[in-house]
Amino acid sequence: MKQRYGTPLGPTWFLGRAAYRRFMAREATAFAMAVFLVYLLLWLRSLGQGYTAYGQMIELAKHPISVFVHGLIFGAVLYHSATWFNLTPKIMPMYVAEEKVPDFWAAIIMGYLPCVAVTTVVLWAVLRSAG
Amino acid sequence: MPDTTITLDVFRFQPDGGGHARRSTDGPTFKAYRVPYHEHWVVLDALNWIKDELDGTLSYRWSCRMGVCGSCGMMVNGVPKLTCAAFLKDYYPGTIRVEPLTYFAVERDLIVDMDGFLGKLKSVKPWLIRENEKPVDEGEYLQSPNELASFKQYSMCINCLLCYAACPVVGAEEDFIGPAALAIAQRYNLDSRDQGAAERADALSADEGAWGCTFVGECSEVCPKNVDPAGAIQRVKVDNVKDWYRKLLMPWGHR
Repeated sequence: MKQRYGTPLGPTWFLGRAAYRRFMAREATAFAMAVFLVYLLLWLRSLGQGYTAYGQMIELAKHPISVFVHGLIFGAVLYHSATWFNLTPKIMPMYVAEEKVPDFWAAIIMGYLPCVAVTTVVLWAVLRSAG
Repeated sequence: MPDTTITLDVFRFQPDGGGHARRSTDGPTFKAYRVPYHEHWVVLDALNWIKDELDGTLSYRWSCRMGVCGSCGMMVNGVPKLTCAAFLKDYYPGTIRVEPLTYFAVERDLIVDMDGFLGKLKSVKPWLIRENEKPVDEGEYLQSPNELASFKQYSMCINCLLCYAACPVVGAEEDFIGPAALAIAQRYNLDSRDQGAAERADALSADEGAWGCTFVGECSEVCPKNVDPAGAIQRVKVDNVKDWYRKLLMPWGHR
């Protein structure tokens, strides 16, 4: 077998090119989502453990470090979601009356609008019950 | 030589030693050539000038000089480009580094081994497949403008392999069918005249097929024909999933 030029790829293969770095940023921010889901599970567990455990979770969440990490995760999740919304029209091209909808509008219709709608409903439900 | 020149740093590899006193065991080297700078010259013009005036041993593929044949793809400053469309003025006054397309085995200098790609292309059966071929005297298979538009973009591929050199999955997985071959497969699957999707399904749904793609998307960026292989591959995945569910929910269906 002839040696292929440019292979094997080292562990830092993605650093050399802006497009590869953007790809890694898109993929790596998914971990933030995973971390947050684990955190949600911990909340559920504390709920099952009773009032004191739940109270401790609330105190923990109020800690400045926790608030900071929440901010980081929120930013990462926003970035991750936005990259995928922008890619959706490539995966599922949108046609209206046999005319292709421009990717910009397709991303808004298929991604951003539903996301904003669902978020608004959830926020409304949460804030109403809290208020 | 005109006053203004530009330097090309060209990848050299001559397995037989070529006209140089190097042995085949020597690895690739770079050789710097100073060529006249003209605003209207492309990298391919500069390579042709080198071959004519400085060093006849330099080997590379080219043919049409107008972005149609897809022969002259090389790495220009690390980015896969058709050298007939890479203007010197976009790099002047810097040095231009010219290398063979990355992730391919190098035959000689800037020439890469295309055999692996040709085998992959063949594996997706890139031709019209009919369940029953109709006799020639019954005429052609008709198609509406909309049916044509649904795949035309993917049919513009000129097999220049820039997308392979842009794809880190190609670099990591030698058997990955790769952007162009997958896009061409999707081109035939979308063609209203074709009935061969089932025959291509195995190759497309394999780990080395569409699912090898991690959607880096750089293949579509470097494509000189705006084929958008990345988009095509994701659509193969979507079709693949639909087929899987169809088989699961309707096992009595023939596909």
